[in-house]
Amino acid sequence: MSAVVDTHAHHGDSGHEHHDHHGGYSGIMRWITTTNHKDIGTLYLWFAGIMFFAGGMMALVIRAELFEPGLQLVKPDFFNQMTTMHGLVMIFGAIMPAFVGFANWQIPMMIGAPDMAFARLNNWSFWLLPFAATLLMLSFFMPGGAPGTGWTLYAPLTVQQGIGMDFTIFAIHILGMSSILGSINIITTILNMRAPGMTLMRMPMFCWTWLITAYLLVAVMPVLAGAVTMTLTDRHFGTTFFNAAGGGDPVLYQHIFWFFGHPEVYVIAVPAFGVISQVIPAFSRKPLFGYASMVYATAAIAILSFIVWAHHMYTVGMPVTGQLFFMYATTLIAVPTGVKVFNWVSTMWRGSLSFETPMLFAIGFLFLFTLGGFTGLVLSLVPIDIQLQDTYYVVAHFHYVMVAGAMFSAFAGIYFWLPKWTGKMYNETLGQWHFWLTLIFFNMIFFVQHFLGMAGMPRRVPDYPLMFETWNKISSLGAFGFALSQLLFLYNLFTTIKSGEAAPQMPWEGADSLDWTHLPTPVPYHTWETPPVLK
Amino acid sequence: MKGSKLLCALAGLGASVAATSAHAIAWYFQGPASPIAQDIDHLHQYVMWLIIVIFVGVFGFMFYACYAHRKSRGHPAEQFHENTAVEILWTVIPALILIVIAWPVTKVVIAQKDTSSPDLTIKATGYQWKWGYDYLKGEGEGISFVSMLATPREQIDEGAPKDENYLLEVDHELVVPIGKKVRILTTAADVIHSFWVPAVGVKQDAIPGFIRDTWFRADKTGTFRGQCAELCGKEHGFMPIVLRVVSQEDYTKWVAQQQQAAKAQAEDVNKKWDPKELIAHGEKVYSSTCLACHQANGRGAPPAFPPLAGSKTVNGPKEGHIDTVLNGRPGTAMVAFGKQLSDTDIAAVISYERNSWGNKAGIVQPAEVRARHK
Repeated sequence: MSAVVDTHAHHGDSGHEHHDHHGGYSGIMRWITTTNHKDIGTLYLWFAGIMFFAGGMMALVIRAELFEPGLQLVKPDFFNQMTTMHGLVMIFGAIMPAFVGFANWQIPMMIGAPDMAFARLNNWSFWLLPFAATLLMLSFFMPGGAPGTGWTLYAPLTVQQGIGMDFTIFAIHILGMSSILGSINIITTILNMRAPGMTLMRMPMFCWTWLITAYLLVAVMPVLAGAVTMTLTDRHFGTTFFNAAGGGDPVLYQHIFWFFGHPEVYVIAVPAFGVISQVIPAFSRKPLFGYASMVYATAAIAILSFIVWAHHMYTVGMPVTGQLFFMYATTLIAVPTGVKVFNWVSTMWRGSLSFETPMLFAIGFLFLFTLGGFTGLVLSLVPIDIQLQDTYYVVAHFHYVMVAGAMFSAFAGIYFWLPKWTGKMYNETLGQWHFWLTLIFFNMIFFVQHFLGMAGMPRRVPDYPLMFETWNKISSLGAFGFALSQLLFLYNLFTTIKSGEAAPQMPWEGADSLDWTHLPTPVPYHTWETPPVLK
Repeated sequence: MKGSKLLCALAGLGASVAATSAHAIAWYFQGPASPIAQDIDHLHQYVMWLIIVIFVGVFGFMFYACYAHRKSRGHPAEQFHENTAVEILWTVIPALILIVIAWPVTKVVIAQKDTSSPDLTIKATGYQWKWGYDYLKGEGEGISFVSMLATPREQIDEGAPKDENYLLEVDHELVVPIGKKVRILTTAADVIHSFWVPAVGVKQDAIPGFIRDTWFRADKTGTFRGQCAELCGKEHGFMPIVLRVVSQEDYTKWVAQQQQAAKAQAEDVNKKWDPKELIAHGEKVYSSTCLACHQANGRGAPPAFPPLAGSKTVNGPKEGHIDTVLNGRPGTAMVAFGKQLSDTDIAAVISYERNSWGNKAGIVQPAEVRARHK
């Protein structure tokens, strides 16, 4: 996508003029009152980082308990609270906010808009999050502790939980509100604020993936809010949505939850695809292969994601026609996903490749996410899923999608854009160490879990039969290695921001979006006050 | 190279971990003991081979590009970015591969769902945290028992040496004859559980208030072990399913034994028990049935599991206490034990509760429990 841009002699001067102008406040008040998309993007990313480490600590508790058979460190109910909160914190606290952070920073710069469409709403979308996170964490301190139901919050186990469950429900309401408001903002920004000549089909792929994701979020977050509200009224107000004794059905909850839950998988994966679609062409020094088919494939994945939810429920006992429908629909997702993978590989084919840290994470993503996609295909097949449902195979599968997928992509994005945002260059050697250690330890944790699942270890158990000991030991050691490797990332991040070398104007010679080609590095506080005109 | 040293260190660590494990390393499906489990195994291998071929093909291209099309080797970047023919091809071919996969899978799905004309029908009821089995139809009709984890708590909590079948052993095994079509009806009394025996290829959620079904026809004798597969609260990891498949002869013998034992155990509810004996028996019932929720010290785990020490119900009128144990408390985790325990057991456990942890509220005889049955 080589757009010709008429810049009206605008950048540089107008950017510099406002460089230190942070809306009139300084210190903490700057961050609380900010309506600047870059500030808000930064807030989202720091918030995601903090939650990533909080959720990671919970994972370490889980892996420490599972290091050997028997109960050593925690009681089973606390173990269940850990699995629940690890899931909720990582999904709603870490991964989703991280990609909203990227969206805030990048979308306006990439489409030539001065800011997000609703700048004040943007501030509120972010500032809802710390309150939601606080509520969620407070549930640990309630009588009975946090919910021990797994992040899926299945009825009627939710009815047995203490008041921490209600805290979690309200936290989910607020998180959902934040997501919906953020999504409305992103949709409006992309549809209304593109620079003249920036047609939809000329947008960088990252913007496309977020446009599609935002529609997914607006469609499904209210459904989740409905599911947890019904749980709340079943718990306290005498309704029986999920209680057979009053004419309800526990399986109804699962249908509603997964109608949200499956599109949610793509809410996480699709923006990750977007980041990868920026990084791979930049380091291949070659345009993205099959741009149009990439857009159509992403849209197809999003649409299909609405008609596959019951593949999470093959064992609830649905009619054979239901099983077959959901199986066929699910396997169909492999087609557009395949198209994306082929396009990425073809982008690299006959390019001029170099392997800086963002590209390493992108290739790691491509390889491992595809592996996770293939185990997804295995799980989509009803008879095989009946053996593997609710085992560690499923745990392995979705961590290949969530960690090697979304998280690797987030790391690629951070290393890729950090020079643009801060004007500083990270330490490449440390970055590469971070990649290789993360890659090795990730597989040490999760590859062996495929074996555990096939051999019959159920998920969400604090203790296990002796035949599962070896793989669990390897997995737990991997988890601690993985955690330590992330400290390397933190160190690199802090030293870069504090005392990194100045980044050149174009640290990545193959990057071709407007933010790289027509904005200075580091970017000034305000950009595109006069929109560029693309010819 | 630093990287290869690290890999060596990791491999060494892995080897030492493997060496410390006294047990065979399980890494694949348990040996199939039914035609369906066999089918699942074959399907899995079939799909895995397809996947491996595709994976190696696609990433062969990628890694070749990583090697040959590097900037450091001076490879110039070409600028092509679309090719309609190729793009159509790689949309259509995967779709065709899916059809090749879907065909054999569909046949197995339909076979798995065919629960018609069973030789034996057994209802499996999930409780927090044990399984109840009722032989409803076929040889052995009327047999009914509860199956609980038999692993001693010391092995779980206190690091005592663990048995070979740690966490996979129960007091009463589910027994079925070889070669007979066994239909399992699943339901639950409290929350959702899942009945899972990997070796016969069966996993079916047990949903409170609903009956679901599944089936298997075991083609090997032996003992096959599985676990509850749906998170059902704190003891979810401690409610295994043990299935013993025996020959037809042995099954007939087992049925006769069970029926005799049931007759022998037919209780005399009018027996007046000595309070000490009753409380001592009650303590046993308590530790197998009530302890997981209400705890050994009677303090429970509020709010889900209320304390019994000082409880109004326990220290109140006998009738209220008996009714609670017999009929449960709807909407809570307290289930109706009238369906699981004999009147003698219920009288004993009530007596134990009313005379422990500082409670002093007298004893209850079996006849008083019988009188409260509706």
